[in-house]
Amino acid sequence: MPVPTPLTKPFWDALAEHRIRIQFSPSLGEYIFYPRPLAPGTLADDLEWREISGAGTLYTYTISTRPVAPHFANEGTLVLAVVQWDEGPKFSTELVNVAHDQIQVGMRVKPVFCDYPEAGITMLRYEPEI
Amino acid sequence: MGLRGEAAILGYFELPPERKLAREKTFNLEQWARLSKAALDDAGLAATEVNGIVTPLIGEADMFVPSTITEYLGINANFAEIVDLGGAGSAAAVWRAAAAVELGLCDAVLVTFPGTHDVPTDARRPFVMDDKMYFGASSNAYGSPQAEFEIPYGNLGQNGPYGQIAKRYGYEFGYDERAMAKIAVDQRTNACATPDAIFHGKPITVEDVLASPMVADPLHMLEIVMPCQGGAAIVIGNAELAAKSKNRPVWIKGFGERVPYKTPTYAKDLMHSPMIHAADQAFTMAGIERSEVDMVSIYDCYSITVLMSLEDAGFTEKGKGMQFVSEHDLTFRGDFPMNTAGGQLSFGQAGIAGGMHHVIDGVRQIMGRAGEAQVADCNRAFVTGNGGIMSEQTALILEGE
Repeated sequence: MPVPTPLTKPFWDALAEHRIRIQFSPSLGEYIFYPRPLAPGTLADDLEWREISGAGTLYTYTISTRPVAPHFANEGTLVLAVVQWDEGPKFSTELVNVAHDQIQVGMRVKPVFCDYPEAGITMLRYEPEI
Repeated sequence: MGLRGEAAILGYFELPPERKLAREKTFNLEQWARLSKAALDDAGLAATEVNGIVTPLIGEADMFVPSTITEYLGINANFAEIVDLGGAGSAAAVWRAAAAVELGLCDAVLVTFPGTHDVPTDARRPFVMDDKMYFGASSNAYGSPQAEFEIPYGNLGQNGPYGQIAKRYGYEFGYDERAMAKIAVDQRTNACATPDAIFHGKPITVEDVLASPMVADPLHMLEIVMPCQGGAAIVIGNAELAAKSKNRPVWIKGFGERVPYKTPTYAKDLMHSPMIHAADQAFTMAGIERSEVDMVSIYDCYSITVLMSLEDAGFTEKGKGMQFVSEHDLTFRGDFPMNTAGGQLSFGQAGIAGGMHHVIDGVRQIMGRAGEAQVADCNRAFVTGNGGIMSEQTALILEGE
């Protein structure tokens, strides 16, 4: 389970409310992910948190039939995915609620918020938009 | 800009890889000493002539690694460097050592990569599996982006991310799994002409590759390296020592390197790898064309790494790599000799020393010591290193004169 840091807390707090909030650099004119203190590339000190819809396309994926580490031994087959948000940045995630033969790179996907109250964490997974 | 080509690889040593260690267990430090001695013997140089070292991370020290090594070997180093670039580390170490020689800092530099991680244990000092072992190249330390945004989703290790790269490649450019399999098949042919290769005497076919288990869709098991125990070292020296050396000197004529990200999720354009810059710089520095190299040794942790490196290094157009490997004979006797000792796929990947396999593949050919797998009249080699998930890449141009 991820453990938020003082810097990344706004992202995780938003997920807990089933919203997605990432950073935007006005001088760069770009959204960025993951959270940083300064904009990557320019190191501009103008990052601000903005809410995005979370909708995106499936950039790539792989079906992982072998556990990636013992911690995942009980997870079975995972669809390890990278989603590109409509705002630009890419996000590492898992694709859920989909038959493997229905997965297509480039397909539209939407957020699935997975709450883990015992860990105080909400994870962001994705499923087909349909 | 760059090297003048006045530092040369003068000797090498590469242990035959072993799947399970049959040799005596030794620590990385002991391996450092013995591998180095073997490379110096090969060059015909004395240890007392060495005044520089370049090392990867080792098991016995988390910090102060270079001084730990110089003390252990008794080297008064003017240049003691550690490189932490994974599979790019070996090629990266070569140009750093060459630069130290050309700057006049050193007469001879040892570049030694211990690749046997099966080290001695004791009841009082047992082997402990920690986060580092489980998560490999991904850091699970608090505050690490990987701990927070990658590991929780299972995005770690190598198979998954390389599978993702291959999947995206197929989406953008099309995918020919027989062409991908041919990379492994041709390299196996080369291994069958290389007695030290772990898969010597075990030829395979395209059908064998496609019938092997799908590990990370679309990559099959035989398109993925098998971790082994081994290790390798080279010695790099100046022109004066080159004149004394037993071997044909292999001059380091050009290099390039780019390190733009750690996790491929954050690549600006995953389909155009850092190799584009690395190779361009290497060829420009050496002042030669792609067509002027006699063999290539391309870092081959996965078939997709080879394919994209061939494209991005400029041997074929982007998107035409599958056609290129189908149309060319990649064996040592072919029209485009590549990974002539089997590559890591068929020679074996000795941990962090895996990158050294490609350096030594080029050196062995230029020195004319590749035996049955020798490429006729081989004078120039293009060598690549690749670390992380195609996220740290280095290119070298080696030349015999």
